[in-house]
Amino acid sequence: MSKNLKFGLLAAIILGTLGWLAAGGVEQTATYYKEISEIQKMGNDGVDKRLRVGGDIKANSIVRKGDKVHFTLIQNQLQLDVVYMGKDPLPDTFKDGSQAVAEGKLTSDGTFHATKVQAKCASKYEAKPTGPVTRG
Amino acid sequence: MENLGALAILLAFCFAVYALIGSIVGRLSRRPFLIQSGQRAVYTVWALVTVAAGSLIYSIIAGDYRLAYVWETSNKTMPVQYKFAAWWGGQAGSLLFWSWLLATYSAVVVFQNRKKFREMMPWVIAVLMSTQTFFLILNAFVVSPFKLLMAGKGVIDLGDGQGLNPLLQYWTMVIHPPMLYLGYVGFSVPFAFAMGSLITKQPGEEWIKTTRRWTLVTWLFQSCGIVLGSAWAYAVLGWGGYWAWDPVENASLLPWITATAFLHSVMMQEKKGMMKVWNMVLVSSTFFLCIFGTFLTRSGVVQSVHAFAESPIGKYFVTFLAIGIALTVYLILNRLDFLKSESQLESVLSRESSFMFNNLILLASCFSVLWGTLFPVITEYAMGEKISVDKPFFDRVNIPIALFLLLLTGVGPLIVWRRSSFESLKRAFRWPTILGVAVAAGLFASGMRHIYALMSFMLCTFVLTTVAMEFWKGSRAISSKSGQNLVMAMIELTHRNTRRYGGYLVHVGIVIMFIGFTGAAFNLDKTVELAQGQSTEIGPYSIKVTGYEEGEERDQYRWDRVIVDLSKNGEHLDTVKPERRFFIASQTPTTQVALRRRLNEDVYLNFAGTGDANTYVMQAYVFPLVTWIWLGFLVVLFGTLVCLVPDKKKLVFPRMEVVGIGKPETVQS
Repeated sequence: MSKNLKFGLLAAIILGTLGWLAAGGVEQTATYYKEISEIQKMGNDGVDKRLRVGGDIKANSIVRKGDKVHFTLIQNQLQLDVVYMGKDPLPDTFKDGSQAVAEGKLTSDGTFHATKVQAKCASKYEAKPTGPVTRG
Repeated sequence: MENLGALAILLAFCFAVYALIGSIVGRLSRRPFLIQSGQRAVYTVWALVTVAAGSLIYSIIAGDYRLAYVWETSNKTMPVQYKFAAWWGGQAGSLLFWSWLLATYSAVVVFQNRKKFREMMPWVIAVLMSTQTFFLILNAFVVSPFKLLMAGKGVIDLGDGQGLNPLLQYWTMVIHPPMLYLGYVGFSVPFAFAMGSLITKQPGEEWIKTTRRWTLVTWLFQSCGIVLGSAWAYAVLGWGGYWAWDPVENASLLPWITATAFLHSVMMQEKKGMMKVWNMVLVSSTFFLCIFGTFLTRSGVVQSVHAFAESPIGKYFVTFLAIGIALTVYLILNRLDFLKSESQLESVLSRESSFMFNNLILLASCFSVLWGTLFPVITEYAMGEKISVDKPFFDRVNIPIALFLLLLTGVGPLIVWRRSSFESLKRAFRWPTILGVAVAAGLFASGMRHIYALMSFMLCTFVLTTVAMEFWKGSRAISSKSGQNLVMAMIELTHRNTRRYGGYLVHVGIVIMFIGFTGAAFNLDKTVELAQGQSTEIGPYSIKVTGYEEGEERDQYRWDRVIVDLSKNGEHLDTVKPERRFFIASQTPTTQVALRRRLNEDVYLNFAGTGDANTYVMQAYVFPLVTWIWLGFLVVLFGTLVCLVPDKKKLVFPRMEVVGIGKPETVQS
């Protein structure tokens, strides 16, 4: 076998293995981004898929019950009840009004069981004060 | 002050355009005046951008909250070092920081080469200044840091600002962006030289020799930036990790991967005249990945917790990338004749081959990370659905890649150029293999069953043994000839070939970091709600809540914390106080994790919140071997610095040899 062929074959084996691992990884972790409007339309279809949904956290909706955290996401006036059941601490940016992304599965009763929650600072880089602001 | 800054930026833009056009026209029409004035324009650009940066920093420190940027990133109670860091804390300021760094690098490059490379330099300047022009366009016309909140008339002072995100008020975060930017921006220079050499059809490897130090330093800054970011995430963010494969983290890693591949494959070009086209592709990819990384962080194209808000600058970056890549591809294709290899691959068992596998596997990693990061964008385009992939995807592909890289790290330096025989390989790798297998067997016997961890520890031992053997062989040879002791001989050995032995040290550092990464296979974690006096166990440790305190820190933040007793096997180890803070100005909460670092494992306690009946939610983690990551990086740093030291030049004099002593009387007969 010529050396170029040998090298090419080895390279193909390595890349092939990696490709196979990658495909498996995609299948294992593929998570679909959905809007709240789409989730509500999904009904029972969405019960088995890994989903990711974003929105703003509704004011005063964060309630901690034991090791679960309940809150409501709002997007375009539509609301979604979320229960966070994960063991990682919620991010420090998780509070009323923050933009959040919840990842998990939809249950048949319409609540979203989240295994992961990410939150972004509430519009930090877009905020503009509406008038002369004096802070203490 | 803001008018001064805005004007300076505008002028800088004009001069950058002039430098760009003047250099090209001057070079093409052979007018030395234009070339010279193009060079002077580079210095002028630097001076003007410095004035602009200075006026922004002054406005931040003096507290001029009329400026939107100052209001967003600073406030009265912030300590001054964080006010300085606010320069790069937000979108507009960080883009100005990019411009300033590029202007500084360009000025240094022009100065260093003012008497060299007369053919290439105008093109190098043209490439640098075209990038500079792009960023100045953003600074001047798209996201100006000097925008005012109010129209200015009649408003003298806005009082106070929002303040820098308290999560960023740590010394690691003050240094992390500058380090990363020094890396990102720095890769423009090797790229500019590569393009310059292509345009002028340079036959030799001048551009590589000239930029070697530059590329190494830039790579070092990039590495520092990435590791500092991880160290900060680990100690500050409270989720117990140092790498989440978040899009913005990946964006900083991608150019690092191609730069590492480049640092290795240039050796092929220098020693064997091979891989010339490939090196051009690598250095260009590194540069464009830097621009791409800067774009990914700011455009909101991919969802990320780190990302700045979505903004319209995305399309500017895409345009710049499209034009740049198109020109580069055209240039490389056009000059293919000048990039012909001088030698061929002779055997799969050779150093050339291991370098090629090194590049192959690094690029596979880069591609997988890029693919995973852009997956939502790709699937949305292809299927109309936004699908994302997560940490397990990246780990699944990159852990085997990392293990294979470890193997190459051990094999590569010991295998010879051109062709290696099986016999010589067996001899070279006998001890490393024996020790590696012994370590794996020992760990297996003691109960470790995690396959990847076993392989990792085996390969780490393998590599460390190969490096130790190299140092031992070389030092022994020098010591026996010169009579020095082994330590001095080792220093002498390294000094004679800093690239080689510095490189070995960097490899040792990487291996130590890998040992640290492998520890993650054995992480422990537990979330539990404890009342005062209650305790819980994690691993060999026992955690007991003994108290609770709260208070306020001079108008900056309110805090509350839990007092915890940490013991191991019944013996009291320490009293720790994980804390939560709530910053008043920005209405942001943060957590101060209680972290007990030791060489063998870290104990990590996070006070997540209060429960219903005077209970506290505690998250406890045990992270084995994490400290090895930070220590390993220090070795990488040291090794890179060694690589930068020039080799000791051995002066050789013709030797006078005494053949005999003759007495005048005896010559008579």
